[in-house]
This record gives sequence, C-alpha cells and structure tokens, in this order.
Amino acid sequence: MANGTLVAGTMPVAATERSGSLKRFARRRSTIAFVMTLPLILIIAGLVAYPAAYAIYLSTLNRRMTAFIGLGNFEILLDSETFMMVIWQSCFFAITAVLLKALIGFWLAHMLHHIPNKGQRKWRGMLLVPWVIPPALSTLGWWWMFDPNYSSINWLLWTFGFPSIPWLGDHWWARIAVIIVNVWYGSPFFMIMYLAALKSVPEQLYEAAAIDGADGWQRLSFITLPMMRNIISITVLFSLIVTFANYDIVRVLTNGGPRDLTHVFASYAFQVGILSANIPRGAAVSLFMLPMLAVASFFILRGVMRRNREEA
Amino acid sequence: MANGVSAATGPRRDVPAIYSKVGSLHRERVWALRTAYASLVVAAIVLLTPPVYMLITALKTSAEIAAQGANPWIVRDPTLSNFTEILSRPLFQTFFLNSVIVTVLVVAITMVVSVLAAFALSRMRFWGSQVLATGVFLTYLVPDTLLFIPLYQIVGGLGLLNSIWGLVLVYPTLTVPFCTWIMIGYFASIPRELDEAALIDGATWPQMLLRIFVPVALPGIIAATIFAFTVSWAAFVYPTAFITQPTEMPLTIGVVSQLVRGDTFAWGQIMAGALLAALPPVIVYAFLMDYYIAGLTAGATKG
Repeated sequence: MANGTLVAGTMPVAATERSGSLKRFARRRSTIAFVMTLPLILIIAGLVAYPAAYAIYLSTLNRRMTAFIGLGNFEILLDSETFMMVIWQSCFFAITAVLLKALIGFWLAHMLHHIPNKGQRKWRGMLLVPWVIPPALSTLGWWWMFDPNYSSINWLLWTFGFPSIPWLGDHWWARIAVIIVNVWYGSPFFMIMYLAALKSVPEQLYEAAAIDGADGWQRLSFITLPMMRNIISITVLFSLIVTFANYDIVRVLTNGGPRDLTHVFASYAFQVGILSANIPRGAAVSLFMLPMLAVASFFILRGVMRRNREEA
Repeated sequence: MANGVSAATGPRRDVPAIYSKVGSLHRERVWALRTAYASLVVAAIVLLTPPVYMLITALKTSAEIAAQGANPWIVRDPTLSNFTEILSRPLFQTFFLNSVIVTVLVVAITMVVSVLAAFALSRMRFWGSQVLATGVFLTYLVPDTLLFIPLYQIVGGLGLLNSIWGLVLVYPTLTVPFCTWIMIGYFASIPRELDEAALIDGATWPQMLLRIFVPVALPGIIAATIFAFTVSWAAFVYPTAFITQPTEMPLTIGVVSQLVRGDTFAWGQIMAGALLAALPPVIVYAFLMDYYIAGLTAGATKG
C-alpha cells in the first residue's frame, strides 16, 4: 500500500515527462506516417513477399515435403513432354492474345475517337461490357456456345454453309477458342486505355500537321504513335503479365484438355499442386512465370516512372 | 488537247480546284465516319453476343434447349422459370450471401488500408517512402496465380481453408496495391496550398485527411471502391484453390463448379445463375461508368 502511494506520488512527474516525449514522438510526422502505412506494409510483407519467398522454398522440397531436393522439381518438369507443351502453349497463348487485343483495341479506340463526341459515351459504355462481367462467368457462356452438340456458333456456320468446328474437342481449335475468349474479354480494356491516351494528344499537333499537308498515315505514325508510345508499352506489358498468368478462362473452357494440350502455367500449376496434391512441384510450375514477369515488370516500371517525370 | 483546255481555263482554274479539294476532304471525312460506325457496329455485335446468348438460353425451357436442329438464337416461348428456380435454391442463396459478405469486408478493409497508406505516402515523406510506393506498384504486378500455392499452405496452416474468412484474409492482396497506387495519384494532384492552409488553421493530420483529402479526392475514392468491389466479386483463383465445400463458396466458383453437373441438362439454370452472379458489377458499372473508367485508366495515366 505504502509502496503504491509512493509510486503514485512519484508517478506524475515521470509520467508527464515520459508522455511528453512519447507525445512528441507520436506527433512526429514520420511516426504517424509509419503507423498509417503499417497495414499496407503488413499486407505486402505477409501476403505477397513472404508467400513469394515461401514458394521458392517449397519448390525445393520433395513431394511429401520432408526432404530438400534442390532443383529436382525443375529438372523433372523440364524433362517432361507435357510441361514443355505447357511452356509452349503459355507463350503462344499470351503473345497471340495480347497482339490481337492490342490491335483490335487500337482500331476500336481510333474508330471511337473519330465519331462525334456526343455518341462516344454510349458506344464506349456498350463496348466495355465484356470487361465488366466476371470472366469465369462469361466464359461459361462461351463454353455453352462452343458445346459439341448444341454449339450456336456452329449453327451459324452451318447456316452460312460452312462445316461445323470441333471447338473444344480438337486441341488446335481448343487453343484458338481460348484465345478468342481472352481477346473478347480483354480488347475493350485496351480500347479504353488507348482512347484515354488519344484524348490526351494535343489537338494543335494535328492542326500543325494538317497545315504541313500530312495525310492520315503520316499523322498516325509521326504524331499519334509517338505520343502514345509509353501508354501502349505499359498496357501491352501489363496485359502480357495478366494474360500469361491467366487461369479462369482455361479452367472453365477446356480445363487443360484435350489431353493436357491447352494447359497454361497457372492451370497446370493448379492441376499438379492442388488437384494432384504435389505442392512443391506445383510451386515450381508457377515459379516458371517469374522470369517473364520480372522482365515485363522492369519495363513497365521504367515506363511509368518516365511518364511521371514527363508530367511533373 | 488537255493542255490547251487547262491553259484556256488557266485563270479560273484555282477556284474549282479548291472546291474539288474541299469536296474530297469532305468525302474523306464521310468515309472515315462510315468506317468508324461500321467497325463499331460489328464490334458491338461481337462483344455483346455472348451475354445476349446467355440471356437467350436462360429464357428457354429445358425442352427447347434440348431440341436439336432448331435455331438456337431465338426463344419460342420465353419463361422466367430458370431465374425463379435458381433464386429459390438454398445453395445459390448461400453463394450469394458468401460473395456479399466477403466483398463488403474486403472493400472496407481495402479502402481503410489504402487511403491511410496513400495519404502517408503522398504527403509525409519518410524514410523508405519512395521505395514503398514503388513496392506497392510492383506488388500490383504479381499475379494471383503465382501466389496461390504458397498461400494455400499458409491459409491451410491457419486453419482457414474451406472458409470465407480465408478469402477475406487473402483478397486484399488483389485490391490493396492498385487502390493505394491510384489513391497516391489522386492525393498527389491535390494542391499543397490546401494542406498548408489547414496546418495554419491548426488542423491535425487525421483532420486534414478526413476534412480535406477524402472530400477533395472523392472521385478517386469512388473509383478505387468500384475497383475493389469488382475485383473481389470476380476473384476466381483463390476461392477455387481454397474452397471445396459448397456452403462456403462465393458465387463465381459456386456457379462454375456446383451448377455445372455434366449429367443433367440444366443449361438454362446455369446461364440464369451466371447472369445473376454477373449482375452486381454490371449494375455498378451502368450507374457509375465514368468512375469505373477513371479507375481503369488511372493506373497508367495517373500516379
């Protein structure tokens, strides 16, 4: 008790001193800023950086995760014909789809830019619908349109006198079908990005070019494309990452089939890691995406930084 | 001959030449416009066909869907029974509820985390803030398909597999980096005179954030909220990996894995379910299109 009062008696002085410095510490800008960013840091460190490192660790274990086997999983994967097919298919799928999306998006953005301002909003609103629907659900609709017995696309082909196509039964057609769905889903995004970029090109440049007698092609290659170069490269690289890592379309449309010939990295990692319960090898499969990702990210970041500097 | 004519009409040649030039320019414009509209009409047809066909199927009876050889693009006797049936299925209602719970929580977490962090990163320079801002952007570039296997182990270690709480835990990795990034852009565009005025008036940091930054950057906050909403509503990889028990599934994976049962012929119901599941983001888009597009383009044009 006496002890208590003694402590209580001496407390106030120390407390005010301490709370004073604490308060000062708490009021310091950097402290407040750190506290405010702490949740973000925790999410990035705990749920992105740590899992990424953990994936590398996992990929060096044996199937039952009891022993370290170094690069064994990678060796086995690179020896397997199925996985070589997965690498090939992932690259083919991503590159073809991104190219088509970029070209179609660019074309549509141009066409939208041409028509009177009043109508643009309406058209833009309509054309962006594929991007708004969750892809897993819209792919379900595509799956039904590709159905072997009831394909409505084949019905149209048949009506116009073309032979019907085994969309998901033949591996080449299945690959094309996956690309079609991805292009359908992604080109509106490119269109919107390019339209925003087109709008930011100053009108005076075109006026000056018109006075100098530039034709449409020259205007495109000497004004529009150079002005949009940065945003085009950012969008393409970004889409390359997303397309390369795509999962939902392949999962819903073909689920890797026929005969594992349409698997991309993500769907194959899922099949090996989760469905066949070989976590380490699944982790190894998904890590194959890393090099491409790192290269693309480096260039995107450089593009974004450059853009910021230009705007600043 | 031709030479003679041109020489004879020499003095008057200029006027018609200019007229014809103007005429060709005009004709060029008209053609450009026609090409534009033609391309847009074709694009609109191609882009809108799948959802429209889903609706067509959803309005048919099972017998009509199964009728082979008939034109699949028209509905002979439309019915809403697929929609009422799917809506009255308890499992579908559970999916819907799960999606709503997960999405609402994730959006709330995302907005609190990213607005706080973006405010600190855009206005209070501190040690490592530049690195962190770059790190946020890099995190946004890491796809979910790279992380789902280690996260499967981590979420499993926490005992959260087969639970919507596992999804609430991991979905912020999809939403927070991008939302923080675009909020940094929006906050950075607010003139510094505003915070100086507030500081002179004795505002504290929280007051500054709530009274000035949030109201001024409201369009950005709406855009970020829409982004977080659509991403967590449409998330597919994580629920597919973490959840195998139907009662814990959100809509996307629920519709894809539980309604599709090869043996039955429930295409009308599947399509009705998929359309209903896609409805919330479409409604948000329809009403807030400008914010939606601002959020979409902000990643590359702002920040």
